Amino acid sequence: MSSKTINLKLKVWRQLNAKTKGKFEIYEVKNISTDSSFLEMVDVLNEQLVNESKEPVAFDHDCREGICGMCSLFINGRAHGPDTEITTCQLHMRTFKDGETISIEPWRAGGFPVIKDLMVDRTAYDKIMQAGGFVSISTGGIPDANAIPIAKPDADEAMDAAACIGCGSCAATCKNSSAMLFVAAKVSQLALLPQGKIEASIRAKNMVAKMDELGFGNCSNTGACEVECPKGISIAHIARLNREYLVAKVKD
Amino acid sequence: MAKLDSKIPEGKLKDKWSNYKAHQNLVNPANKRKIDVIVIGTGLAGGAAAASLAELGFRVKNFCYQDSPRRAHSIAAQGGINAAKNYPNDGDTVYRLFYDTIKGGDYRARESNVYRLAEVSNSIIDQSVAQGVPFARDYGGLLDNRSFGGALVSRTFYARGQTGQQLLLGAYSALSRQIGLGNVEMYNRTELMDLVIVDGKTRGIVTRNLTDGKIESHFGHAVVLATGGYGNVFFLSTNAMGSNGSAAWKAYKKGAYMANPCFVQIHPTAIPQHGDFQSKLTLMSESLRNDGRIWVPKKIEDAKAVREGTKRAEDIPDEDRDFYLERRYPAFGNLVPRDVAARAAKERTDAGFGIENNPKKEGVFLDFKYAIERLGKDVIEARYGNLFQMYGKITDDNPYKTPMKIFPAIHYTMGGIWVDYELQTSVPGLFAAGEANFSDHGANRLGASALMQGLADGYFVLPYTIQNYLAYEFDTPRMDPKTQKEFIEAEKAVKVHVDKLMNIKGKQSVDSFHKRLGKVMWDKVGMARNGKSLKEAIAEIQQIRKEFWEDLKIPGETDTVNVELEKANRVADFLEIGELMARDALTREESCGGHFRTEFRTEDGEAERNDSDYMFVSAWEYKGDGKEPELHKEPLKYEEIEVKTRNYKTA
Repeated sequence: MSSKTINLKLKVWRQLNAKTKGKFEIYEVKNISTDSSFLEMVDVLNEQLVNESKEPVAFDHDCREGICGMCSLFINGRAHGPDTEITTCQLHMRTFKDGETISIEPWRAGGFPVIKDLMVDRTAYDKIMQAGGFVSISTGGIPDANAIPIAKPDADEAMDAAACIGCGSCAATCKNSSAMLFVAAKVSQLALLPQGKIEASIRAKNMVAKMDELGFGNCSNTGACEVECPKGISIAHIARLNREYLVAKVKD
Repeated sequence: MAKLDSKIPEGKLKDKWSNYKAHQNLVNPANKRKIDVIVIGTGLAGGAAAASLAELGFRVKNFCYQDSPRRAHSIAAQGGINAAKNYPNDGDTVYRLFYDTIKGGDYRARESNVYRLAEVSNSIIDQSVAQGVPFARDYGGLLDNRSFGGALVSRTFYARGQTGQQLLLGAYSALSRQIGLGNVEMYNRTELMDLVIVDGKTRGIVTRNLTDGKIESHFGHAVVLATGGYGNVFFLSTNAMGSNGSAAWKAYKKGAYMANPCFVQIHPTAIPQHGDFQSKLTLMSESLRNDGRIWVPKKIEDAKAVREGTKRAEDIPDEDRDFYLERRYPAFGNLVPRDVAARAAKERTDAGFGIENNPKKEGVFLDFKYAIERLGKDVIEARYGNLFQMYGKITDDNPYKTPMKIFPAIHYTMGGIWVDYELQTSVPGLFAAGEANFSDHGANRLGASALMQGLADGYFVLPYTIQNYLAYEFDTPRMDPKTQKEFIEAEKAVKVHVDKLMNIKGKQSVDSFHKRLGKVMWDKVGMARNGKSLKEAIAEIQQIRKEFWEDLKIPGETDTVNVELEKANRVADFLEIGELMARDALTREESCGGHFRTEFRTEDGEAERNDSDYMFVSAWEYKGDGKEPELHKEPLKYEEIEVKTRNYKTA
């Protein structure tokens, strides 16, 4: 690690709550170590604001190791910032140049209203999961885990889809604010496994219906979601979702 | 000792759980609908418990501080989950898993609880597979296993380096199903502020809505705390930023005993600290020790040259590398338990062989060169690809070419709320599950056992044992928090507490206090402690706490998102938890597991237990503000296991 420090200008979206209009504020931060993470840089800004008796910038974050899916942020116009296959909390300041101006905005999608500043409400994703993102079994009375062998390529592909962290970058990036990649990841994971296959088409139908109801747009196959997905989830899963959805519609 | 009734069932160890289930009280299906259960936390223990209780027919209210139940920090567990399936035919049994866990915990865990844990471990794997958890498989389609520290068998199931995520999403899917069915009422972005006790029984909670600041109360016939550990008392840890000990601390102040608070796990393989603005430490999974070899330079001048950047690790020949774990512990090598590996790293670093250029010159190498030579890069990439990617993003180094730099970090708290065999605390109707309780890991937890314990408690223990209590509660009518005086008083006290924090109007930020506390904890109550350092720590923590209440600054209002207020509420509790940890460590005049007192060690530097005086669980009772807490002792009896000095040098 060759560590140095940089100074930055930050253009940060500030908004009191969902009912009020927001606007950009400009702040400066100095002597930021290039080994710091992006959120550690925001911590420095917030400490500065607190010391000036100003309200710190509200943003969502928790695990700070790229797995909980709580951090978000549009940084210089890109979901999770200018790097690929990482979340905002894994973005490091060595990606930026000394003296650069960085713009920081919340997710902007109809399904994710702003709560405050950079914090948005993503309960819509929970509601989509509640509509069908599960195998309908209860605790107990389960046969041995090795009773049903699963071909390794299927298990691996299911794992690729299951890596979704539910951060919302797919819908936030999509020009139609579609949550198709999120829905497809779950539908595809479970459709690939014998345990989930039984309900695969009804699951697809219910989850898509809920997604539509909650104000997410249609998928027009631009592939932007795949590019910005911090877990590199492939849009090939959307094709599997469409197959299962079609099966359900044919049955109707 | 009447107060500490651990309610261990009669009979032989292997029959206890079956006997318990055969004779316990159950609630009939019609009456389950009349019973409300509150579950705090949505991690493996909380999420699994909320889902399982709702499936049984209880009315469940589930709470989390994050924006979604899927964020709970169980999600960050990387390496795996243990179970005694013995699929590899390598000699594993329920007894061996039990034995390894007791030995790994340095003979400070309760025998009956641990045996039950090992017994139900296999069902967890079955359950998870049925939920669609995509565990790693072999080409024949069956489940794959790997090894973790402290075991001579391969019993760890895994889903790449994201096992915690996949198991949590399994529990979350079960929970989501119950929320969708209307059996669980879910409250996101809601923090527990206090417990409500009516006539000696837990009857509910007071919460704060983190988006609009509203203080509210909820009634429950029983309350389950599944709120994780208090490792963030150290400021820097592998915990999530929001992980906190406040729920446990509120319970302590209502009469629940805190058990073994000084038992903290230091994980040997985290990425070393880089600077003062660092907010957290990132773990590199223990599974890496299956294929990585840990070393520091043999020559002190090489260590210095590496730190200064004039020599690269790759340029140090094998004969000048000190594989100190393989040297000291030939039988277990790089897979010794965490406490042993962490202390050995500290020993080398203290002796001047640290390799990282940070203020404390900490760090050791974790090297994959040998595994890549043996197995090929592709195999290593398939096993650990996502961990290598994460490491690369954080450090800007390529671990396929140069060894990882790692150092121990605070990771897990074995200590927690005291519970009996039924996971009930010393307050009737209040239960604790997962990392929040103390029961299964003794003084040191083995890798891949936290996931096992969280899910065991949530899926297979609590849904049984809580009924033994609730069987007497179905005819207790639901209380209205708006009219019940205990709820009204509790809400009022919470509002007073919030106002008190807001009205200090001092000059220093919450984080500045938290960082000071963390430094005292790490330096004086950390990986090595002694009587002198612990006494100093207690005095210094008291001083920081005093300043906190005189000079804290919280900008903003209480009726909107106010992150500084949230943090202040948690740090106020950390400032008290830290003192109890130091007090507990001071009282325990021995070394065991993660608790290492420098005065108590063998000639070759290993932890020296004192079984004749300290083979007990310390359970601390709160006696009021400014008063000394009272220590209760639960003696530990080992009937089916021979208590030995822990030895990882020979098999």
